[in-house]
Amino acid sequence: MPEDVQVHRELDLKGEVCPYTFVKSKLILETMAPGEVLRVIVDYPPATGNVPRSMESEGHKVLAVNPAGDGVWEIIVRKKD
Amino acid sequence: MFRFTEEEIRRYSRNIILQEVGGIGQQKLKDAKVLVVGAGGLGSPAAFYLAAAGVGTIGIVDDDVVDLSNLQRQILHRTEDVGTPKVDSAARALSALNPGVQVKTYRTRLGAGNVMDIIREYDVIVDGVDNFSTRYLLNDACVMAGKPLVDAGILRWDGMMMTIKPREGPCYRCIFPEPPPPGVIPSCQEAGVIGAIAGVMGTLQALEAIKLILGVGETLTGRLLLFDALEGRFRQVNAARDPNCPVCGDHPTITELVEYDLACDLPFGVAAGSAERKIEQ
Repeated sequence: MPEDVQVHRELDLKGEVCPYTFVKSKLILETMAPGEVLRVIVDYPPATGNVPRSMESEGHKVLAVNPAGDGVWEIIVRKKD
Repeated sequence: MFRFTEEEIRRYSRNIILQEVGGIGQQKLKDAKVLVVGAGGLGSPAAFYLAAAGVGTIGIVDDDVVDLSNLQRQILHRTEDVGTPKVDSAARALSALNPGVQVKTYRTRLGAGNVMDIIREYDVIVDGVDNFSTRYLLNDACVMAGKPLVDAGILRWDGMMMTIKPREGPCYRCIFPEPPPPGVIPSCQEAGVIGAIAGVMGTLQALEAIKLILGVGETLTGRLLLFDALEGRFRQVNAARDPNCPVCGDHPTITELVEYDLACDLPFGVAAGSAERKIEQ
């Protein structure tokens, strides 16, 4: 993730599986303002592909998918304008 | 953190995933009130899918009791419900499917004296009645109250439907100004009806109601949808609002509710042919 990206909301979805990882991310993103950034933490490996794909298909910008240590990943999404 | 419970998120996840629904749309469904008039062939699938989708309040109007001959198509009811009021059987079935839905029952026949009171609190009305008298009454009442009405009728292997948005498109009377004379159109009791046609048309009604609530897609306003199950074909006939319509026209002549005294139950389905004749003229 670029250093200058400000994260507005964090969502810890450790223990959650697909499709609820996306469903819950979507529910939170809906409450955020256009252009704001959401950081989602997952530990379910398929979610690192599924969540970004679904987010992009809804028009949001996936900024990064990074390993965050110990079987955990972060997905950084910017809400569409 | 979420506006929905964990159980709701799981139950409605396939709705929420849809771009056209999401949490915002699911909340609209939860806040919506839909009245299903008739807990029969059309009302059964319509009410089932509305409850499954999470429509928060569903009203059911029916004055009848379950008969063994209903079960071939009226899937809200079970064999053990024979003899019990259809509204009770419907409420049981809907609550069993989705306890989160509030089901309000009206064990009464709609008439000029109660229809406005009953429809008042609802956002969308689904017409699943089996007689022309109630169909015209409901059309007129919804036009007067400005309520969207999702109309459908079935007979034999045929179905027909239209969504009436008062003054935005035609109402039932714009196309069929008066009920047919008694005896011209047979009832399902006389002519028969295949159960699954009720499933198709009632399910389409649920879809229309859901689209109206969500404000998505294109509703069947000004379009009659005709389904011929034997041919396996859908057809569409465009219809326009009639400025001279006696109820929704520019100078309505029907300004109070009227009840037709029809000798026998006369469902709507086969009137499709006469609609086309009228439109083609």
